[in-house]
Amino acid sequence: MRARNYFVGAAFALLAGGMAQSALAQDIKIGEINSYSLLPAFTEPYRKGWQLAVEEVNAAGGINGKKLVVISKDDGGKPADAQTAANELVSSEGVAMLAGTFLSNIGLAVSDFANQKKVFFLAAEPLTDAITWSKGNKYTFRLRPSNYMQAAMLVEAAAKLPAKRWATIAPNYEYGQSAVAVFKKLMSEKRPDIQWVDEQWPPQGKIDAGPVVQAVAAANPEAILNVTFGADLVKLVREGNTRGLFKGREVVSFLTGEPEYLDPLKDETPEGWIVTGYPWYSIKTPEHDAFLKAYQAKYNDYPRLGSIVGYQTIKSAAAILAKAGSSDPEKLIAAAEGLSVPSPFGEITFRKIDHQSTLGAYVGKTALKDGKGVMVDSSYKKGSDYLPGDAEVEKLRPKD
Amino acid sequence: MAFYVVQFLTGLASAASLFLVASGLSIIFGVTRIVNFAHGAFYMIGAYIAFTLTERLSGAFGFWGSIVLAALAVALIGVLVEMVLLRRIYHAPELFQLLATFGLTLMVEDLVVLIWGPDDLVGRRAPGFKGAVDFFGQNIPSYDLFLIVLGPVVLGVLWLLFQRTRWGVLVRAATQDRDMVAALGVNQKWLFTSVFAVGVFLAALGGALQIPRDAVHHAMDLRIIVEVFVVVVIGGLGSIVGAFVAAVLVSELNAFGILIFPKISIILVFLVMAVVLIVRPWGLFGKPEAAARKTPGLTVNPWRPLTSNERLASLAALVVAAMLPLFAGNYALTVGSEIAIFVIFAVSLHFLMSVGGLASFGHAAYFGLGAYGVAFLAKMAGLPMIVCLLLGPLLGCMGAAVFGFFAVQLSGVYFAMLTLAFAQIVWSIAFQWVSVTGGDNGILGVWPSSWAASPSHFYWLALGVAALVTIALRAMVFSPFGYALRSTRDSLLRSEAIGINAKRIQWTAFVIAGTTAGIGGALFAYLKGSVFPDNLGISLSVDALVMVLLGGVETVSGAVIGAIVYKALNIWLVSQTDLSKLVLGGFIVLIVVVFPKGIVGMLEMLAQRRRKSSPPGSPLLAKPIESAE
Repeated sequence: MRARNYFVGAAFALLAGGMAQSALAQDIKIGEINSYSLLPAFTEPYRKGWQLAVEEVNAAGGINGKKLVVISKDDGGKPADAQTAANELVSSEGVAMLAGTFLSNIGLAVSDFANQKKVFFLAAEPLTDAITWSKGNKYTFRLRPSNYMQAAMLVEAAAKLPAKRWATIAPNYEYGQSAVAVFKKLMSEKRPDIQWVDEQWPPQGKIDAGPVVQAVAAANPEAILNVTFGADLVKLVREGNTRGLFKGREVVSFLTGEPEYLDPLKDETPEGWIVTGYPWYSIKTPEHDAFLKAYQAKYNDYPRLGSIVGYQTIKSAAAILAKAGSSDPEKLIAAAEGLSVPSPFGEITFRKIDHQSTLGAYVGKTALKDGKGVMVDSSYKKGSDYLPGDAEVEKLRPKD
Repeated sequence: MAFYVVQFLTGLASAASLFLVASGLSIIFGVTRIVNFAHGAFYMIGAYIAFTLTERLSGAFGFWGSIVLAALAVALIGVLVEMVLLRRIYHAPELFQLLATFGLTLMVEDLVVLIWGPDDLVGRRAPGFKGAVDFFGQNIPSYDLFLIVLGPVVLGVLWLLFQRTRWGVLVRAATQDRDMVAALGVNQKWLFTSVFAVGVFLAALGGALQIPRDAVHHAMDLRIIVEVFVVVVIGGLGSIVGAFVAAVLVSELNAFGILIFPKISIILVFLVMAVVLIVRPWGLFGKPEAAARKTPGLTVNPWRPLTSNERLASLAALVVAAMLPLFAGNYALTVGSEIAIFVIFAVSLHFLMSVGGLASFGHAAYFGLGAYGVAFLAKMAGLPMIVCLLLGPLLGCMGAAVFGFFAVQLSGVYFAMLTLAFAQIVWSIAFQWVSVTGGDNGILGVWPSSWAASPSHFYWLALGVAALVTIALRAMVFSPFGYALRSTRDSLLRSEAIGINAKRIQWTAFVIAGTTAGIGGALFAYLKGSVFPDNLGISLSVDALVMVLLGGVETVSGAVIGAIVYKALNIWLVSQTDLSKLVLGGFIVLIVVVFPKGIVGMLEMLAQRRRKSSPPGSPLLAKPIESAE
């Protein structure tokens, strides 16, 4: 009775496998994985972004004449499920490369899978430094500016502030921990005179904002570093506003300028925070104008940062596939290393040394305009200017 | 000084919102014995509906009216759920209702995104409570003060309701002894429905009142549900005052704890619960549960070993499964391996739950410990795969030995919650101890040696181990140890009277189940090549529960089928649709209604019925057993 039912499972698996064989052999397939059901606020715009890119690539003749197809899978926010999806994409869909992922641990899980199975992987959004450095491998490339790069951009602005007493609030997991660690290290190098007077580590997604705000205020810092985002950020800002935490204090904040996180704050947006983000309304470059026009025409909605990431992931992947002229992973790596591609933020390069792209981010200040949060005084920071020197990177990254 | 007062008040405000939701859960559990996993979902729907209404209706009356209206609307949904779904399954085995409410929760998580969109929603502030009150230079939000007052007011109203109304008397009577209440001629159906409505109303009110402080989003339910359970258990099940005290205790410990240990929030509630349950096994204000009248052993067909025909059939099925690599591709084989591993995991929990009568809510801890055991041995000691596979599960065994010792001192839901607390403590160690476990970035590169690397070899390995484990556990069920364990499940008093050392037997069963789960975890680490704190997490523990319940908790080996159906369906749905939670949840709800004894339980019942119908008069034989209940 027990074992009979393995057969049911087997039949099921076969069914799933069989359905996949139907795609045309002439197409070039990219396997895409992201946390669609867990993080829809970020992944919906992201999906729109890559769908636009696929359309554009195919309208321009595809990849060396072949049609580009993206097969997309949900990982439900679990590393183990992401690996199941990666396996399906590679083993039964026969994709030329893997791309995507949002959470750092999922990015790392897929990157380790790629290394083991010798598959090319372009990580889209994970921010952890480990994916290109301490746990980097030759099959993995990463698009978004890393934790380190964003910290370095913020430190550049933060070091100019007169504040000497700093407190930090960060979600209690790897991203928050490493963001704080890098920020502290770089900041203390530039400003040996500053003191770190308090740190708060609310659990990700479960901040009890009142006590946290109160505890930070009790330490009486002159400036605050914030790494929380999403619903936690909303609660923190609301409590902080009511309790006057931000009054007379400088705040430096990771990611808060991204429309995904800034827009929900509406009229409660705190003013004057130094943030990284994406002010799509004030970027006036021809590359971005073209992207914005195409995006708005297709979706009748404005882009979020996720849209840029999704769009650029597939554009970069297409450029790599076109240059390699093959789906052999070794040729893809050779093609990607040092490759420069245009992006809505200007030309970016995938560095040979650590497989990090030089995509940058916008740094500016938050402000209120017509009851909505916006980024003002923003300027684009090129990724290449905020990475450590080659000698240091070589020390950080294991030899292949 | 002013600071400490304000911090205390802030803690009270957090406690008030926690209490509202917890009190509802406590009432529902007290009367209906339903572990209402969907309580968080009702909380979330309350917030969403209140958001929509407050955006439409303006002014002070509009705002407060919307809050109440939203709570009422959700209570109505609750009534509908109770009448259409839960009423059908009150007679199902204990915890089966958990499966139904779990299915609902899954559906709601996708539905709110479909209805309200993916973005986080930020509602209005409460009219009249927008600012803060100055207290010796410290600001207290006036909305916090409102909540601080509201908490005790709700407590008072509930107290009056329970002490001063006929309905309240009935509810208290049902909490103490619902069979007796039914015997006295009280219409249980409507009592249960009304209790469920009140509980859901409180949950939705709690959610709606979060609008001025929180963002409304589709993961709100998971954020609160576990915490609320913990509060209810610390306070003592069914005790409203207990829930209030526990909410205050937890919130204040958190408010002051973060001043000394800023990282404490992640684990605090579970630490408190573990300590409370070890010292006071029924929570702060709870009373020992009355001995259940229905012994599970009597409600089912007596267990028997497989007949030789069935053995042959099982063997044939195993052979067929072993031939899968001849015609299936690599992906199917890897999925097959994963299913086989989850069969191991599910049968290990099934052994504890069905044979031992001990439902663990934290079984993933031992699965994950097995996985981490392998990862440590492989990455730090550099041992070969076969050694790791043999030694890795020992970590699960050790964990089960330590935690099991404390857990088996309790029973019922308290046992379940203590296992959950231990699992969360292990999880947070894995999550926090970055230098050893890598934190949430996990341990990578735990790949199998070359002899097991190919998908077909790994599949045979996993299948073989799964078959061995299932056979071994089954053999144990029909061994003297198994009979002893079943006797402790069916009647603790009688088993002790005949000289069985119940605690030791249960502890042994716990260690066996934990070690077996560890074996599954060890294989899982090699299947995925990496280990993450996820492998010890709540959602995996819930998955295991669902598999066992789906298969049929009153069967000998239902978990095997539960695991295969649930895992295969889950993997397939996640791959096919972004709305996998909606479909899977719907499927679970459907199963619950159609197969209230689980899939295998239902099949067995049908087979039994056919067997019974052939020799006339056998129903009479069955009757004395039933009336012995």
